[in-house]
Amino acid sequence: MIRTVNLTKRFGKFQAVQNLNLHIPKGSVFGFVGPNGAGKSTTMSILATLSEPTAGQAYVGGFNVIKHPDKVRQLIGYMPDFFGVYDNLTAVEYLDFYAGAYDIPKEKRPALIRDLLELVNLSMKADAYVDTLSRGMKQRLGLARCLVHDPQVLILDEPASGLDPRARIEMKDILKELKSLGKTIIISSHILPELAEMCDTIGIIEQGQLIALAPVDQIASRVAGHRVLRIRLLDRVEEAHAQIHYFEGVTNIEVQENDLLIHYTGDEASQVALLAKLVQNGLPVLSFAEEAGNLEEVFLTVTKGVGS
Amino acid sequence: MQIMNPVLVKEFRGRMRTVKMPLLLVAYLLVVGGIIFGYMYLRYANQVFFRPGESKELFMMLAVLQLILIAFVAPGLTAGTISGERERQTLNILLTTHLSPAKIVLSKLTSSLAFSMLLVFATLPVYAIVFLYGGISPSQLVGVFAMYLMAMLLFGSVGIFCSAWFKRTGVSTVVAYGVTMLLLGGTALVSVFILQYISMHSAQLGNQAQYPEVFFWAALNPVLNLISLFEPSAVMLGQNGGVSAQQALPMQPTLYFGLVYIPISALLLFFSVRTVSPIKKKLFSRTPKRGEEAR
Repeated sequence: MIRTVNLTKRFGKFQAVQNLNLHIPKGSVFGFVGPNGAGKSTTMSILATLSEPTAGQAYVGGFNVIKHPDKVRQLIGYMPDFFGVYDNLTAVEYLDFYAGAYDIPKEKRPALIRDLLELVNLSMKADAYVDTLSRGMKQRLGLARCLVHDPQVLILDEPASGLDPRARIEMKDILKELKSLGKTIIISSHILPELAEMCDTIGIIEQGQLIALAPVDQIASRVAGHRVLRIRLLDRVEEAHAQIHYFEGVTNIEVQENDLLIHYTGDEASQVALLAKLVQNGLPVLSFAEEAGNLEEVFLTVTKGVGS
Repeated sequence: MQIMNPVLVKEFRGRMRTVKMPLLLVAYLLVVGGIIFGYMYLRYANQVFFRPGESKELFMMLAVLQLILIAFVAPGLTAGTISGERERQTLNILLTTHLSPAKIVLSKLTSSLAFSMLLVFATLPVYAIVFLYGGISPSQLVGVFAMYLMAMLLFGSVGIFCSAWFKRTGVSTVVAYGVTMLLLGGTALVSVFILQYISMHSAQLGNQAQYPEVFFWAALNPVLNLISLFEPSAVMLGQNGGVSAQQALPMQPTLYFGLVYIPISALLLFFSVRTVSPIKKKLFSRTPKRGEEAR
């Protein structure tokens, strides 16, 4: 659905985005993570046909964003990281304005706007002036605004920034609902764990370069070069430690009470073999699972080298 | 193209809804009416007769006053339109919709012009009263309003252009007013200089010498051009005296004004649209090389 080929954007001497290659399949949720100023917003604004790349190509739904911006605009709903609302308009009028801007016939608008307000839980604020809404409500109204023309792709630049925890959760729920509607979503954040819950794929960007790209459950192992297995035992921890230690692919073992945290470079088949061996030897294994990984730590590890 | 596009609807809604709008209208009518009726009172209170020629002066005064008020209102209404959207961080969103930059810019201009037109047409009763005193032909009245429309378009386009070009409304407003003042005062000043310069270097003797070249500068001045509807010599800076000398003008002043300023306004709008467009099409596009398309 979204594809970029060696996408590059320079502002004077500053390289905002360098040779970015992305491929986001239809219906998936892509999380774009990186510190502030890494190039997330620039990439998104190129995809939203709001700025021209210095080099490379970007496609949305097969349309080149430079050659067919009109076709692309029909496909996307874009929510920038900062956006304003018009004063002197009520929530309904605000959405009606954008519905008009997308050439939606007048007679279809009232029902559409009612549904959208319902979706973002703002039905009770339908006739309130938009400048009186709270930040979280404005953000949700902005999301409703993106959806006015029922786009297939949503480009959401930090939709949860500046929201209180409750508003974040509400926002997350709405996004999950949109995902279930089959929308392709590209969403950015500078907080990795926040994205992990709702994304299929995560891309980490730093200084304009994509430094990691993997499905969300693998991002930790991909990034660190090993995965972390957490094995919980009823007892006999020392014994287990000794056995695992000699197993191929184990690079490090940490002991946390009855848990063993194992840094493991082997594949899934040998993971099975490891478990089988422990059970064969009669060790009381309570649970055996891959640790999702401390994403915060992963993020710091990954972005550490590039900046300095 | 439909007449009421969403931007226009929104602008009207936003503008007409506030208290500011009737207040502005009242203030405008108070200024125009106050000055004219005050003048009439002082002029005719102790007079038992009146001369139509004098009421022409009155009309002229009203016309010029209105033009100057337009020069204050039009740039003020437009200078914040695009930059305001930018500052409010709504321009980007607007550009990702189906509205083309041209539609956005033109709707902004139309809504501002509609508002200044409302102001001008609201003063029609004042004109009607002055018109009662006679001395003015209907064609002169039409000419005055044609001048207003052109002036609004010009000042409005200057405002829009500044607002598209400069990122901040503050800067844009100052520059727009600066340019407007230049058009109002600067052109008159330059034409006076030109006249002085030519007559200084001219070999002709006697004080009957005429320099029609001055017309081309002087007629660019909205105020002089407006006055020339009543006193054609205004655009010659008084060189050829009386009304009868109209024949001596190189061109009908109002027409000349339109021929110069309407294209300039169009150009300003064109460049405003270009500045607003996020993806710029090449001005002089060459045909793409073969293979370029395929990549």
